[in-house]
Amino acid sequence: MSQEDDIEAIPEPEGASEVIETDYEIGQDNITPKIGPFGLDIHNPVFAISGLVVVAFVILTLMFQDSVGPAFSAMRGFLTSTFDWFFLSAANVFVIVCLGILVSPLGKVRIGGLDATPDYSYLGWFAMLFAAGMGIGLMFFGVLEPVYYFGTPWGDNPLGGDLGIVEGALADPETVESARRLAMASTIFHWGLHPWAIYAIVALSLALFAYNKGLPLTVRSIFYPIFGERIWGWPGHIIDILAVFATIFGLSTSLGLGAQQASAGLGFVLGMPDLGASITTSLVLIAIITGMALISVLRGLDGGVKILSEINMGLALLLMVFVLLVGPTLVLLGNVLGNIGAYFSEVVSLSNPVGREDDGFRQGWTAFYWAWWISWSPFVGMFIARVSRGRSVREFITCVLIIPTLASAIWMTTFGGTAIQQLIDNASEAAVFSYVIDSYVPELSLFGMLSELPLASITMVIAIVLVIVFFVTSSDSGSLVIDTITAGGKINAPVSQRVFWVIFEGLVAASLLLGGGLAALQAASVSTGLPFALVLLLACYALIRGLMSEPR
Amino acid sequence: MYRKVIFPVDLSHIDQLTKALATAADLAKHYGAEICYVGVTGEAPAPGARSPADYADKLAAFASEQASKHGVTTASKACVSHDPSVDTDKTLMSAINELGGDLVVMQTHAPSAMDYIWAGHGDTIAAHADVSVFLVR
Repeated sequence: MSQEDDIEAIPEPEGASEVIETDYEIGQDNITPKIGPFGLDIHNPVFAISGLVVVAFVILTLMFQDSVGPAFSAMRGFLTSTFDWFFLSAANVFVIVCLGILVSPLGKVRIGGLDATPDYSYLGWFAMLFAAGMGIGLMFFGVLEPVYYFGTPWGDNPLGGDLGIVEGALADPETVESARRLAMASTIFHWGLHPWAIYAIVALSLALFAYNKGLPLTVRSIFYPIFGERIWGWPGHIIDILAVFATIFGLSTSLGLGAQQASAGLGFVLGMPDLGASITTSLVLIAIITGMALISVLRGLDGGVKILSEINMGLALLLMVFVLLVGPTLVLLGNVLGNIGAYFSEVVSLSNPVGREDDGFRQGWTAFYWAWWISWSPFVGMFIARVSRGRSVREFITCVLIIPTLASAIWMTTFGGTAIQQLIDNASEAAVFSYVIDSYVPELSLFGMLSELPLASITMVIAIVLVIVFFVTSSDSGSLVIDTITAGGKINAPVSQRVFWVIFEGLVAASLLLGGGLAALQAASVSTGLPFALVLLLACYALIRGLMSEPR
Repeated sequence: MYRKVIFPVDLSHIDQLTKALATAADLAKHYGAEICYVGVTGEAPAPGARSPADYADKLAAFASEQASKHGVTTASKACVSHDPSVDTDKTLMSAINELGGDLVVMQTHAPSAMDYIWAGHGDTIAAHADVSVFLVR
């Protein structure tokens, strides 16, 4: 009787950790039906209920295309204008909890036990969490958002501050500078500490309760300190089902945005705007991308998502360095630190939930963003958790909260800063002016900016490829996550289930696009964000309780 | 002729492995070989094992139980995979090479049309391993 030890073998005792004693066996509620030649291994009833309700939702959307869009939009308007204070306050709580854990002794806890070693290198790890967390959004909003805040004619400028361009005429240099500064600070605010804190809370809780406490890798496990053994029953089922909904609707939002942007970009590059604007092009793109995601799913985590994420990061870096070099290089370099400084000096007033006059900005942008990030958090959180074993909590929060915030700030400075400089140089003659301020065509904003730089046709093709690859990565990692949740936390369920979810996501994205375009997509994601915000506040408590019982 | 028999094992389906286990034990006794039971697990808690270390202990216990039952020398090796749904075959292949096994005995299911799309683990190992593979149906 001997135990072989070499590289592939398990790192012997993983060190001390406080395992939760429960009689629950992972997979005990699973059923293993055979449908034709496909053997399944799924959680009963989470798989069936979430699958059926999503199917019902898709069918209803297809049947009542004309009324669903306005209904969703009304619901979105109601939620973000009524509960804006709640979304803003909740996000502030998440940031404070994360920063508190970072500086407290709890930061010494290690995910996976005191002696666990990381599964992935820093580079591979960071590429995966960045691709899953923001990817497509950075492409879509990098130019759009700063330019919008700089010159919005719709009265939703941040904090009711200065506008740099009014009715096509540039303001005086002092006002322009103040508007630029506030536009950049507000954009970084929406892509900085707050969203990443939301992700970090979910990811850290999941990782802690799975790798240290030995509970299944599924959302309900976070709530063990609150509900105890009851999480294996209906309270847990509801949390998991909610997580599957949030993931599917959140993913569809981003997949829809991605497909529209890629198709608009395609039309722009080929000089055929009709082709770019047609829904058919978007649908074909969704089909192609779902096909690519299928291949990636079949190659697994290391052979699929990880490689794609690294390709993404390389291409994104290439595009950013290019824009930095051919854009107003000196202005941008000079502004990086200034913008980060502006962010920190404005972050308190921007995140203040009450007593503000800027309803349009706070409700229409911030509350929407927070709801959007929250609806993404089960997906991104599960995925980050899956790849973060072996990191210490302090290392984890630094890499999931601080570094991504800086990366977002640099990205936004490069893309938004270049676009704002184009406005300052050319005022209403700039392409971004016509796509963002004059007539609102958000999906062309990035391409408008690129078109005024050298080598436009090459960079625009790179941008389209980047959007598509980000899209494939999200679809792949999303199905990985949904499959794990609907298999009761089992990570070795048959691959055919992941294939099912990939195709399913593609169908949901396609039908939501037909049902009411972006308004429907956005509203659907916001509505799952609200209940999940409550769930996440409970998670903060469970997380701190869980961390405090760990050896450190 | 054989010195080390590799037996890939799925701890959650031990009850279905009786015939293959007996086959491996008989072969090992005949050639005076050692049997090494190899299992693949993910990092996340799985049915029957709440951490990779726990899984390794269970596998070692299983190996020593087989040793006393069949009177053969046994060893065990637990491999961790990032994505066991997809990477199991690859992980098994590298374990076979690393351990220096010269015969693989494994249980496999009856062939069906699905095997053209997703081959069973046994089929894949038999198709790609450098050493002899004995598939028990």
